Formats: sequence, C-alpha cells, structure tokens
Amino acid sequence: MIKVNASTTQHACRIRDLKKEYVLKSETVRALRGVTFDVPAGDYVAIMGPSGSGKSTLLNMLGCLDQPSSGELFLGEDNVAQMTDDELADVRSRRIGFVFQSYNLIQQLTVVENIQVPLFYQGRLGPKEQARCLELAQMVGLKDRLSHRPTQLSGGQQQRVAIARSLVNDPYFILADEPTGNLDSRTTEEILQLFQRLNDEGRTIILVTHEDEVSKRAKRVVRLKDGLVQWDRTNTEEVRAQAAKYAIDNMPVEV
Amino acid sequence: MVIWLRTIQLGIKSLWLHPLRSLLTVLGIFIGVASVIWLLAISKGIGDEARKQIESLGADTIIIRSMKPPTEKLSPSGVTPYGLTREEFAMLIETIPTIRGALPIREIRRQFQYADRVIDGRLVGCTPEYADVTKLKVQRGHFITDSENSNYANSCVLAANVADDLFPVEDPIGKRIYMPESTDYYNVVGILEPKMASAAIGGSLSSQDFSRDIYIPIKTLQQRIGDTVTTRRGGSFEGEILELNQITVRVAQVSDVKRTAELIEQALASHDRLEDIAVVVPLELLEQARTTQAMFMIFMGMIAAISLLVGGIGIMNIMLATVTERTREIGIRRALGAKRADIVRQFLVETSVLSIVGGVTGILFGLLCGPIINLARYAAEWYSPETMRQLPEVIQTVQPQILPESIPIAFYISLAVGILFGIYPAMRAAKMNPIEALRHE
Ligand SMILES: Nc1ncnc2c1ncn2[C@@H]1O[C@H](COP(=O)(O)OP(=O)(O)OP(=O)(O)O)[C@@H](O)[C@H]1O
Ligand SMILES: [Mg+2]
Repeated sequence: MIKVNASTTQHACRIRDLKKEYVLKSETVRALRGVTFDVPAGDYVAIMGPSGSGKSTLLNMLGCLDQPSSGELFLGEDNVAQMTDDELADVRSRRIGFVFQSYNLIQQLTVVENIQVPLFYQGRLGPKEQARCLELAQMVGLKDRLSHRPTQLSGGQQQRVAIARSLVNDPYFILADEPTGNLDSRTTEEILQLFQRLNDEGRTIILVTHEDEVSKRAKRVVRLKDGLVQWDRTNTEEVRAQAAKYAIDNMPVEV
Repeated sequence: MVIWLRTIQLGIKSLWLHPLRSLLTVLGIFIGVASVIWLLAISKGIGDEARKQIESLGADTIIIRSMKPPTEKLSPSGVTPYGLTREEFAMLIETIPTIRGALPIREIRRQFQYADRVIDGRLVGCTPEYADVTKLKVQRGHFITDSENSNYANSCVLAANVADDLFPVEDPIGKRIYMPESTDYYNVVGILEPKMASAAIGGSLSSQDFSRDIYIPIKTLQQRIGDTVTTRRGGSFEGEILELNQITVRVAQVSDVKRTAELIEQALASHDRLEDIAVVVPLELLEQARTTQAMFMIFMGMIAAISLLVGGIGIMNIMLATVTERTREIGIRRALGAKRADIVRQFLVETSVLSIVGGVTGILFGLLCGPIINLARYAAEWYSPETMRQLPEVIQTVQPQILPESIPIAFYISLAVGILFGIYPAMRAAKMNPIEALRHE
C-alpha cells in the first residue's frame, strides 16, 4: 500500500486574499479579485464556476505555475508568493501532483518513464524509485502496459498514467483541471473511483469541473464567479453516496 | 551523473523519432569535420614531401648546374663548349666569403663492363665530400679519399645496383671494371648502400637516380677522359665539351643562403650568354612548398569553416523547429518540476549528440583520407590518364599524413559548433511560460 506522508501541518494549502491581474495593452483583466479559503489535509475539493470565472487561474497558482499579483498562498509552511522561478520548479517537483484534461504525457517515453518524470527532476533515479513507479503503475491497473507508449493507450488509460505520475512525488495535493473533460461516462467513473480511493487513503485532491455529477462526489464544492468565491459548501455523505450510486446505475452497458 | 546519462539517452530517443531529419542535420558538421582532418593531413603530406626534397639537397646548399644551351645559341658547325668551368669554380670559392665549401661534379653517361656483363650507367667525377652532401652511405670499403683524388688514382665506388648487376656472385671489392668507351680500367674500392632517387625539384632539376652510378675522383676523370666527351648512342655520335656539370656550394649559415645565391648570380653574370647555367636554391623551393601548403590550408580551411558554419546554422534551424514542435512537452516538463536549466540541458544535449555524431563520423571519414585519395587517383588514372598527367605534381604524388592531434581538434570543433548553435534554441525553450506552453496545441 502507498503510504501517505501525513502532512506536518493541518492544511495542505491556505489561500489569503489572492488576486491575479493580467495587464494587457488595452485593458487589465482581473481574473482573481481576492480569493480566500483553506484546504485541510485530506480534503477533496471541487472548484466550479462559469467559463472565465478564474478556475484555471486559481489552479495554476496553487500549482506554482504562476504567481499571484497580490495576496498570500501557503503550501504547508512555505509562502509560495515570494519564490523564484527555480524554487517554484522545486516545489512543483516535490509537492504537487498534476492531472490535466488532455493527460499531457510525454510521447517519447513509456508508461513507467512517464510516471518517473517528477522524480527525474529531483535527481531521484535509484532502484527504490523505480520500484515505486512500478507499484503505482500496478495501483492504477497498468501493470502489463509498462513499456507501452502514450499513443498505444486509450484516453482513460493515459489519464490513469497521469494520476500515477501525480502521486509519484508523494505531493501535498493533487491538482486536476477538468480531468474527466475528455472522457466518456464509463471512463469518467473509473477515474472518479480512483480519486475516491486515493482520498480515502488520505490524499488531498483539488479538481476543477463543469459537471455537477462530478462535483457531487467531492467532499466540498467551491464556486467561483467573476474572480471571487461565490459560495463554498460541504457535500453531505448522503449526496456523495447517492451520486456514486447514480453513476453506477446509469453506466452505459458495454457493447 | 545519472541525470546526464538519462538526458543523453532521452536526447538520442528524441532524435531517433526523426532519423532522416537528424541525419541531414548532421551532414554539415560531418563535412566540416572531415575537411578539417583532410586539410591537416594533406598539408602535412605536402610539407613532408617538401622537407624530404630539401633534406636530400640540404637547406644550406646552392646548386649551380650546367644546362645544354638552346640550339639557336650554338654555332652551326662543330661542338660548342658550354657550362661551368674550373676557373669559375675557383673564382667563386675565392671571391665569396660566405661559401663554406664547394664541390665540383662531372657526370658522363658510360658503359661499364665486368667479364661479359655490360650495363649502361653514369660515371660521376667528384670529391670526397660528395658522399656527405648527397647523403650516400658506404656499405663496404670506403668512398673516394682526398689522397686518391690528388694522386689521380683509378679507384671507383659502385652504387648498390651497379654492384649487384656486374657482380651477381663475386665480391666486387678489388676487382677491375672496364669502360669500353674510354678503354680504361678502374679498381673497385667501395660499395654504397641502396639510395632512393631524390625528388624532382621544380623545373630546373629533374629527379636524380643514384642507382646506376660509379664514382671516381674528379681529377682522375679530368686526366683520363678530359672535357671533350663523345658518346655513342645507337649509330650516331654525340659530342660535348664541358668542364663541370654541377657545383654544389655549401653556405656557412642558412641565413646567408639568399645573399650568397645573389652573389653567385652576379659573379656568373658575365658567363651566362649561352643561357647554359641555372642556380637552384633548395631553400627557395622549401619556401615555395610552404606557399603551396599555405594556399591549400586557406582553401581547405575555407571549405571547413563554411561547412561548419552551414552545419551549425542547420542545427540551429532544426533545433528551433524542434523546440516549437515540442512546446507542449516543454510545458509538461516545466509543470512536473523541470527548472529552466534542466530544459537548457535537455536541448543542448540533443544538439551535442547531433554534432558529436557528425564529428565522430566526420573523423572516421577523415581517417580514410589516404586510401580515398589513392582510390580517386587510381580512378582518374584509369578514366583519363591524359588529364591526370596534366595535374600539378603535388596532386599526383602527395601522401596525406594524418596528424594525431587533428582528431581531438576536430572533435572539439564539432562539439563547440553544436553548443554554440544550440544555445539559442535551448534558451528559447527554457524561457517559455509553462502555462502557455501547456496550452500549446
Ligand atoms: N494569460 C492570460 N492573459 C490574459 N488574460 C487571461 C490569461 N489567462 C486567463 N485570462 C483571463 O482570465 C480570466 C479567467 O480565466 P480562466 O482560464 O481562469 O477561466 P476558467 O474559469 O478556467 O474558464 P474555463 O471554464 O473556460 O476554463 C478570463 O477572463 C481569461 O480571459
Ligand atoms: Mg479553465
């Protein structure tokens, strides 16, 4: 079983009055206008909101791919808002797991090699790391596909490789921007079950989605509108269980 | 270390995705590196050739040679005396202080006979220093001595071939050789080691073949044969009146060679109405060879530089295309924790792999320089011997000498070109904004 690094802090991340402005020639786009919320370790958050409300912008900031214009963003104890480019890269390779809508695997690499990439940039290439990659591949059900390339896999399989990759560095949280956006309902369900399992094991998951059915499976939903938090509520166990049951009942029959 | 190995592995993998493209990219570097090796090898070959020539003549020597005058300068009847005289020889030694020594030489075509064996050869009248100056080595016995010269002794020294032909079984030393044209006998006192023919030098001296020579004291030759020589060739007689065929002058210091040559030319100015002497300065030939070498170096160097430049630009072009093509991959890598330096390294390793492949194959092709040139000459000879013979002598004869140090030089040049032209694309890749790169289609 994969052991979770029970974070020393209670929070996977804390967001304080986070603002992001894009200064263009003709205008200034205020993508985030002061977002504040905490994500405790072990949480499972779905971020929703209309197109252009700033979901991706927020997620990029959480993923240390971009820096806020103002406000504070703590990952564990570190204030990410003040880091240099190299430090951010280091945080990304050690503390963050990414899952993208379009999988984003590297075409020249095999399944195991793709899983290993974040470790590569930490210089961790020993046999122990190798073993961990194999273990993760097994966990996402791709044990017998280790030396396949991304083009030889289905979308769902690719997404599972991406999830295995996001776990390899034992991150503070997994960030997923519309991870099921490209998948059919059956595969979507597979991925959601995998997320569920990971969360049950103690992983923190933050995902962006447009689909209510997906958001109902999370513990909590944060809705953004025009760069601000519109509301932030917790899904009851009842809602979650019902949504899971509904998904299974309505799964299309295999042809 | 492991990181580097993995990066190299990755680079090879990425390049292998487009094998033809990578191959074409490598071509410029390949040609450039090969020409660097060829350039150095061939100019070394030219240099060696020139040095060999000079060695056989001596850099401190000046050769004054008698030449048959052009026919229009000769009087229509009788035989006109021509060429260098003993008087001039004495005059040169007396008047030019920088001359350290001078040897008079007289050469006559003669038949040599021992028992019933007869061969055609060259009778050379000379002084003892001749052996030293022309680098002849005595195998057995001794070369002409001073006392033999001053005593007009009828001693002779045989070149190796002459000894072999006239004395297939007997020991030649102490035997007497007969020269039917002058009805004369000479006692063999020494035998020389075989010597390669000297290289031809320019137009004024043809190559000298020492293999059919018999050497006797010049005074003996003067006394017994004299200056007027008639030789029977086929049915007709040829006559010539000539005191000395050649004077080889040795100058005390190499730096004085040019000045001395000028003085000699001045001193002999009054003589040369028949256009029957030539002054050859081996040192000048060396300088000529250097010029040829330098011109060749410049020519090949330009080819090398141009192909390396073009190769480098080719690499840069392909790498820029690759970077654009792989924007998405760069975004992914950045998101997963690659620092800018990691991206730079990845693309620099790729260009270095390209240029090293070009470099190594170029070096291998460069090492084949000698065989390839010989093959080309052989093909040219077979296809069109005429054209081949009209080519400059250097092209016909030069043997390239691979310089060992040219291999690392070529290797580092190729690596440097790869890195130099790879830096810009790699920096461009590293500067990309990860978010935009991830969004790239
Ligand atoms: N690089 C950028 N330059 C300028 N404006 C940007 C940039 N990135 C995002 N924006 C703007 O910021 C706002 C928020 O964009 P964001 O991508 O976060 O929306 P989103 O909620 O993810 O939308 P969607 O659901 O369509 O993905 C939009 O108005 C967008 O136009
Ligand atoms: Mg978005």
